Amino acid sequence: MILKGKAHIFGDDINTDYIISGKYKFKTLDMNELGKHVMEDIDPQFSQKVEIGDFIVAGKNFGCGSSREQAPRALLASGIRGVIASSIARIFFRNAINCGLVALECDTSRIQSGDEMEINLTTGKINDLTQNFTIEAAPLPEVMIQILNEGGLVSYFKKHGSFPEPGKSQS
Amino acid sequence: MGKTIAEKIFERKTGFPVKAGDLVIARIDMAMGQDGTTPLAIQSFEEMGGKKVFDPSRIIFIIDHNAPSQLEAISQLHDNMRKFAENYGLTIYEVGCGVCHEIMVAKGLVVPGDLVIGADSHTCTYGAIGAFSTGVGSTELAAAMISGQLWFKVPETILIRINGTLPPGVYSKDVILYLASQIGADGATYQAIEFTGPIIDRLSVEERLTISNMAVELGAKAGIIAPDEKTLTWVKQRTIKSFEPIYPDPDAVYLKELTYDCSTLTPQVALPHRVDTVTSIDSLGEVVIQEAYLGTCTNGRSVDIEVAAKILQDKKVHPKVRLIVAPASKEILLEAIEKGWIETIVKAGGVLVTPGCGPCVGTHQGVPGDGWNVVSTANRNFKGRMGNNKAFIYLASPATVAASALEGKITDPRKYLR
Ligand code: SF4
Repeated sequence: MILKGKAHIFGDDINTDYIISGKYKFKTLDMNELGKHVMEDIDPQFSQKVEIGDFIVAGKNFGCGSSREQAPRALLASGIRGVIASSIARIFFRNAINCGLVALECDTSRIQSGDEMEINLTTGKINDLTQNFTIEAAPLPEVMIQILNEGGLVSYFKKHGSFPEPGKSQS
Repeated sequence: MGKTIAEKIFERKTGFPVKAGDLVIARIDMAMGQDGTTPLAIQSFEEMGGKKVFDPSRIIFIIDHNAPSQLEAISQLHDNMRKFAENYGLTIYEVGCGVCHEIMVAKGLVVPGDLVIGADSHTCTYGAIGAFSTGVGSTELAAAMISGQLWFKVPETILIRINGTLPPGVYSKDVILYLASQIGADGATYQAIEFTGPIIDRLSVEERLTISNMAVELGAKAGIIAPDEKTLTWVKQRTIKSFEPIYPDPDAVYLKELTYDCSTLTPQVALPHRVDTVTSIDSLGEVVIQEAYLGTCTNGRSVDIEVAAKILQDKKVHPKVRLIVAPASKEILLEAIEKGWIETIVKAGGVLVTPGCGPCVGTHQGVPGDGWNVVSTANRNFKGRMGNNKAFIYLASPATVAASALEGKITDPRKYLR
């Protein structure tokens, strides 16, 4: 699968309170509503700038803090297709894949705001089309690829009723 | 080759030999959801076509984050949880029972050697009694409620040894804040931590819970303390479950071993807006405060309220400070009433809110105003965390919070403890 979109740059340690504040997430399960408030505390105009298919490009420890799954879901609802960061906090990483938000770890230091990105999920290659260079992302664990391929954990469970067996790929 | 506690717990729960780095599907002993995450888990459960839960006695719902609810919409979400619990025969702890992580250990729901997941990042708290417990998302909670299992990557473990003796006025909270400053907010990402050493040995179980609670602030998946006699006695007083504790092998292989001596540690303060930007109270300078918060799953226990009451005894909270107190559970509230701590605190000018999360996560009860400085016993001080992104949150021990409430500025508690 090949994905294309613009880069929105953030720094290190972007926590889930910044992605979607607790004051919103407790009130509703309406992700479109939450999508309007993503990143609000650190970039109040963010949700207006996003176009469908765009990427967040960040430094280390993206998504640290609370376990709220509303964080990746609200990002998806805002139009963000994936997160590319030099490292991603554990719970956010799992939640992202489970909701179908692409999450990749690689050296993001050269990517600039507004760069056109092209991501090949099969090879893990990330092209910066604006600056014309390629980065290799760390490979995802097999279980995560299987869940992502089915569009997330809900669809996976609906179909299989249990977790993918690690190490055994399902055809 | 010897194994760590994490490896040995996964070995027990999968039934075959595992080592760090392995991907496994493991049976879970307990699954917990709170009111900020469970409504979404129920939605996922239904979307997944869930018809029944794997074992109703192993799933616990707790209403603590917006408790009591301040909005119709939230009451509606609470209602979803109640109905689900009723339909599937789950135990639900209602408004006022306390913070989820306190309930899970204090009610004996988690025992040493357990593998526990919770849809809350501070689920790592139960590491303090020798369980492997970790936070997951709502959909994973749903999947676990259906299947009784979850996939994990068996983590590598960092061994952290705390040597020395803590000086008076310095607490386990100061130790973990200091460790955050040394290791960093992502210093242990994807890894487990085992805490050990003479200082850990001497801490009470309650004080150890503060340390394991904040393991996730170092990025860790779990923060485990091997159970000792103290732990076993404490757990046996609370549970009817039988259990077999797990200890690390003497030749366990750790990713790294870090040693700190905390004999000369001073009270520590985390500065806004990062948990790992920590300074000694000696070099903080003057920080005038408008709000002080004593409570949370980190520091809302009896030991914490007791030390605060001792400092506030026969004194008055500074007239420009709101001191808010949320005991971590109903039982702790009752003990605090019985021992007279509540009377002391209220007479001094503190206000009491429902046992639960209180103002910690900015949903209700005690949202600070613009430009306010807050000193809190919580575990996170992210911008906006308490509901206002123009406020500044400082994290400290209960003693520091109480002393600061008296003086209207962040204050070294040691002079009140002589
Ligand atoms: S007290 Fe704070 S950190 Fe603990 S569970 Fe509640 S909101 Fe989370």
